[in-house]
Amino acid sequence: MATKHRRKSSDKGKSVPSPHFLVHSPKDNVGVIVVENLSAGTDMVGVITETDKTIKLVAKESIPIGHKVALKALKAGDTVIKYGEDIGKMIADVGTGKHVHVLNLKTKRW
Amino acid sequence: MPAKSPARRAKAKSNLSFRGWRRENGRVGVRNHVIILPLDDLSNAASEAVANNIKGTLALPHAYGRLQFGADLDLHFRTLIGTGANPNVAAVIVIGIEDGWTKRVVDGIAKTGKPVVGFGIEGHGDIATIAKASHKAKDFLQWASELEREECDVAELWVSTKCGESDTTTGLASCPTVGNMYDKLIPKGIYGCFGETSEITGAEHIAKSRAINAKIGDKWMRTFAAYQSEVIEAHKVDDLSESQPTKGNIAGGLTTIEEKALGNLEKIGRKCRYIEVLAPAETPNAGPGLYYMDTSSAAAECVTLMAAGGYAVHTFPTGQGNIIGNPIVPVIKISGNPKTVRTMPEHIDVDVSGILRRELTLETAGDALIEMVLRTANGRLTAAETLGHREFVMTKLYRSA
Repeated sequence: MATKHRRKSSDKGKSVPSPHFLVHSPKDNVGVIVVENLSAGTDMVGVITETDKTIKLVAKESIPIGHKVALKALKAGDTVIKYGEDIGKMIADVGTGKHVHVLNLKTKRW
Repeated sequence: MPAKSPARRAKAKSNLSFRGWRRENGRVGVRNHVIILPLDDLSNAASEAVANNIKGTLALPHAYGRLQFGADLDLHFRTLIGTGANPNVAAVIVIGIEDGWTKRVVDGIAKTGKPVVGFGIEGHGDIATIAKASHKAKDFLQWASELEREECDVAELWVSTKCGESDTTTGLASCPTVGNMYDKLIPKGIYGCFGETSEITGAEHIAKSRAINAKIGDKWMRTFAAYQSEVIEAHKVDDLSESQPTKGNIAGGLTTIEEKALGNLEKIGRKCRYIEVLAPAETPNAGPGLYYMDTSSAAAECVTLMAAGGYAVHTFPTGQGNIIGNPIVPVIKISGNPKTVRTMPEHIDVDVSGILRRELTLETAGDALIEMVLRTANGRLTAAETLGHREFVMTKLYRSA
């Protein structure tokens, strides 16, 4: 059995509900879905981990846990930013709240 | 290797300690293995037969050792000698097809002062070799079984890291948990190690900036550039998608190597800086601190090289559930992916999925990992150890002659 770790009393103080997605940096234009079985149309709550800021977004399609969601409309050729850094370029357009993955995002390397 | 580590000389002790086996050269191990180490592929059968005869010894079969030359042969010897020299190993039997190269491995391990003896098969055959080696293995095992653990400061612990079957949760949760551990333990005087040269692609500007000074940063960048030109660019036929990132990484939501690299580098925390760049399987030589080792990103190859460098505990973040272990080094699995923790719980030692739910802070997760590192050092078997994962994989630089 893996050891479970509960929040220490010193960690309390913020009553943020469990988020649907997390964003590393305020500069990012994608977030990461962190719940299973997310369905299209869900009114999502997200948190930018660097600043603890809460943001809202509607999921425009079902996106698996761990996969990325566009925080804004992205066009082919746009640079995708995560961790505040360049993680590749769009090769197709996607709208806000849509799934960003291998069909529309490619490495700029190799 | 100095008889006394700088950590031992230091008067100031931290409040963290564990019970380990102090070896003849002053290094401290957290396991007490007697290993049967084949020089080459041909000697696997005899080595496994000895381990079958003498219960409690451990054979480390592998695929290579014949007609290698140059840097590839040097790495082969460095890996075998480093594995035998690792402080988690109490004593070693080396078996090779012939005496000459067998002796080279024995002599290398003997520098640590630990018991080691070699046997060549040619002129004797497997059966006589197995008999002779089994008698010696029995002596070593009974001797090792009476060695006692002693109280050691955490500074005597060498802890390496590498992640596997990463996904976006590793960059959010399990890798920064390891980073938090290093930020807390490196100042206490431990030796740390990260590597995975190809998997820094896209984050090399950050990796370079985390060197202790510009000279080491430039050395790191030369190592990175050499891997790009000699390995990736020389052999690639496409953008490596499904190899790096792997098919499992992509299933987990990682799309590009840049994204994977940025998550990977979360393992070195926010504060600590690496003090030296090591060749594969090279022993750290610049005192306590964080080291970079030039390795591939394949889990078993990388962990085998770090173990040969002398690291005694390995911390391994995983997203989709890489199940790797190592024969001589306990590999602690950390996962932040709630689906992986639910569907394959027998493989996970530390569950940090609470970070994704914002129930667990990185500070608390880092403390939980430190606690698990110390429990593991004290003897708690890791998930990989209980499940019999003993992946021992030599890194091959090019085809044999």
